[in-house]
Amino acid sequence: MQLTLWTYEGPPHVGAMRIATSMRDVHYVLHAPQGDTYADLLFTMIERRDQRPPVTYTTFQARDLGGDTAGLVTRTVAEAFERHQPKALLVGESCTAELIQDQPGALALGMNLPVPVIPLDLPAYTKKENWGAAETFYQLTRALLSDRVPAPGTAREQRPAGRRPRANLLGPTVLGFRCRDDVVEITRLLEQLGIDVHVVAPLGAVPEDIRRLPEADFNIDLYPEIAHTTAAWLQRNFGMPCSTTVPMGLGATRDFIAEVARLAGVDPAPVLGRERPGVARLDGSQSRMQWYARSVDSTYLTGKRVFIFGDATHAIAAARIATEEMGFTVVGLGTYSREFARDLRAAAQRYGVEPLIADDYLEVEQAIAAATPELVLGTQMERHIAKRLGIACAVISVPIHVQDVPARYSPVYGFEGANVLFDTWVHPLVMGLEEHLLQMFRGDFEFGDDAPASHLSHAGKSMQSQTPAPTVEPATSDPDAPPWTPDGEKELRKIPFFVRGKARRNTESYARERGLREITVETLYDAKAHFGR
Amino acid sequence: MTDLSALPPAHTCADIPVLRERGQREVFCGLTGIVWLHRKLQDAFFLVVGSRTCAHLIQSAAGVMIFAEPRFGTAILTDRDLAGMADANEELDRICVTLLERRPDIRALFLVGSCPSEVIKLDLAKAAERLNSRLLPRVRVVNYSGSGIETTFTQGEDNALKAMVPLLPATDQKQLLVVGCLADVVEDQFRRCFEALGIGPVHFFPPRRAAELPPVGRNTLVLPAQPFNGETVRTLIARGATVLPAPYPFGVEGTTAWLTAAATEWDVTPDRFHAVTAPMIERARTALARHRGHLAGKRLFMLPDSQLEIPLARFLHREMGMDPVEIGTPYLDRQMVAAELPLLPAGATLSEGQHLERQLDRVRAAAPDLVVCGLGLANPLEAEGIATKWSIELVFTPIHGYDQAGDLAEIFARPSDRRARLRV
Ligand code: SF4
Ligand code: SF4
Repeated sequence: MQLTLWTYEGPPHVGAMRIATSMRDVHYVLHAPQGDTYADLLFTMIERRDQRPPVTYTTFQARDLGGDTAGLVTRTVAEAFERHQPKALLVGESCTAELIQDQPGALALGMNLPVPVIPLDLPAYTKKENWGAAETFYQLTRALLSDRVPAPGTAREQRPAGRRPRANLLGPTVLGFRCRDDVVEITRLLEQLGIDVHVVAPLGAVPEDIRRLPEADFNIDLYPEIAHTTAAWLQRNFGMPCSTTVPMGLGATRDFIAEVARLAGVDPAPVLGRERPGVARLDGSQSRMQWYARSVDSTYLTGKRVFIFGDATHAIAAARIATEEMGFTVVGLGTYSREFARDLRAAAQRYGVEPLIADDYLEVEQAIAAATPELVLGTQMERHIAKRLGIACAVISVPIHVQDVPARYSPVYGFEGANVLFDTWVHPLVMGLEEHLLQMFRGDFEFGDDAPASHLSHAGKSMQSQTPAPTVEPATSDPDAPPWTPDGEKELRKIPFFVRGKARRNTESYARERGLREITVETLYDAKAHFGR
Repeated sequence: MTDLSALPPAHTCADIPVLRERGQREVFCGLTGIVWLHRKLQDAFFLVVGSRTCAHLIQSAAGVMIFAEPRFGTAILTDRDLAGMADANEELDRICVTLLERRPDIRALFLVGSCPSEVIKLDLAKAAERLNSRLLPRVRVVNYSGSGIETTFTQGEDNALKAMVPLLPATDQKQLLVVGCLADVVEDQFRRCFEALGIGPVHFFPPRRAAELPPVGRNTLVLPAQPFNGETVRTLIARGATVLPAPYPFGVEGTTAWLTAAATEWDVTPDRFHAVTAPMIERARTALARHRGHLAGKRLFMLPDSQLEIPLARFLHREMGMDPVEIGTPYLDRQMVAAELPLLPAGATLSEGQHLERQLDRVRAAAPDLVVCGLGLANPLEAEGIATKWSIELVFTPIHGYDQAGDLAEIFARPSDRRARLRV
């Protein structure tokens, strides 16, 4: 038994729902009690889907348990098939049904429906949502391609001369992070290279598209959490090579271009030739990010302490961007994706931090508090943590909330993605020049505590939910710390509100560690010197 | 509104056909009640013994993570518990004890059963007994089921309250016991109102602190404030209490009738009743009038969800002029809605249980002006051109009593107001 207050991932059948809902003409019959229908709202509310997920639940009750729950499964399958006419049917169970062992998948297979039926075995007591999504995508692909697997040793056909190279984009799903727009961005990028996108899956695909996957020359694994298993299977059985670079960030996008050009057998020069890493000019890259990062006003970003937590793919990519493209200092890096712990550990080593592999929200909160970052890049859980700690935050990974599914085009992959990330990470930080001015004029009555940074002053509610509310004291006093003298407190009040919470925390921990009896003006400046970098 | 006589019934409820449906239900399970119960009982912790699904459900229903350490959590069963490698009972005890060490403010611990814990027959009653022998008097451990195979949505509250009934101290004093979770602000309003009427002593169940349980006995008059606490009410009857049948305090009419039920027992004179309620009624009427334009003559379809459907349909029909086409309810507890059923219009269909797809077919065929439904269905129905209102708002928002009548009407008027404004 494991005590859980908040969970990063749902159960594995929610992952299966993400696959079914991403696709068209696929239906999922789920043997589950009525309460499990809550999962529909994740899709219709968080992602604002305008259709119900294609899921039919058996909603068995206690009174069914002694009787014929198996009959309920076959009736539900028959009805769902009749009504929704899917071209492929997924059949599985949630945690409770797993215990009563009706084997809904086998029951449905026995019904001889005229479409492929894919039984899903997703162990609810050991696995979680992303694993469930990956496994479902894999099982579905395997089942739909079972009759097309070539004999072992069959040589892969060469691309006919004159046909443009084709790639599949694997892994985008609903309730993923910015998948909708990443697909558009990467498709545009491949177009520049003369590569056609053959199939995008699961997002928007029909079962027939899955059967066409092997017709592409290679696969692009956009979201390893979802697509890695499938891509590896296609590689083993169809000899399809697969990309390994996740094109998030400017450097990674350039690496990605080089990699896919190689896989496709095309010349990357038309695109990469325009990229001039290190050139401080607007035309140094297709992305504006390169120039924005080098623009003098970005100097204040230098060495900002950033804590990163999310799924492994986005967290690892974010760490590279933070270090190489924003000039931040990574003070923490972690993931809840245990399946990718090894990759994250390697990345943590590159950036010289302890890896945090955890799905315990309180553990993450403690790690963040201990690292005293100035910016947190995380999931919506870290947004809440950061808000409580009075630290700026941007969301870079699922789990997300409704505000992380913007109406506007906002990919995080490719050249435009690099722009988007620059904007969204800088936005919560107080603008450099303003910070400077606020410091200079901090004694001025007009720059009292109620004067927020000008770019925040018109901020509505949504803005405030991402940044510490400007007029609120960001941190509360540590009850174990010695008391502040009136002079010390007065001096503390002179520090701008957006760094005051940190100053208070640092000073209090400094005083506590030294066993001081009170916190004076001197203590404040001693602590400042101690923590200053 | 000085008339203390019973409301004129439109007909007997036997006139209303009941459509019984079985099929897919799109309703939360009873675990959801934890989201509002833990706000009410400020010294209680709710520990679900279940799966990651259960944890995810509560998290999704709660919507936002307001609290770092909420007073609820899930002891997630793992393979080891199921395979019997770890003694699930020992594991549970360990989690409870650690949890309570971390939270010295907790005086009551609710062990909440789920589908998985029930299917594997984990005996939470035994667990509670065991823990009580260890933890009493500092912490009282109570168990109930919120499982989806046993309970729907608001039934979780019924089970939680029912589990506390045996703990209520005994009294022979004549007193009023209001049953059902109410927002504190509403509770305070009712308290002031009963006091002004000279009705007392008055207790509310659940109380704000689980350590301060109200007494019960043969001179206790129970006034249910929520229609979904049937089992609790019947258990209170078994402890000698008497129920005052009344419509629920939604809208002016419902609130007046509800207060009247108590006033009659305390022989409140019509004059006094009038003096106390008239100003509130006046206020409420003014508030309701503002929204009637959006609602009068509009056709209403309520999907089975919160169990509040029947009293709310009555309010929307009789006070706001809406025309209910179908009123769904997860289950029909006739005893709890005996005073409501006769007030429903004759033309409405009352449906019990659910076959989701068939019901949605009926929704489309009826093309109502407003559908009250769960969050999973709202946007898809909007996309079909049908205005909706999420029923979950009805359990998270204070809607009882005179001073909330306007807010209650506004909840239903907002979709129409919004549609009237939008030109996109
Ligand atoms: S329906 Fe059962 S398994 Fe599902 S969330 Fe509710 S209690 Fe847990
Ligand atoms: S509500 Fe009561 S009186 Fe009316 S028909 Fe039903 S059982 Fe009879």
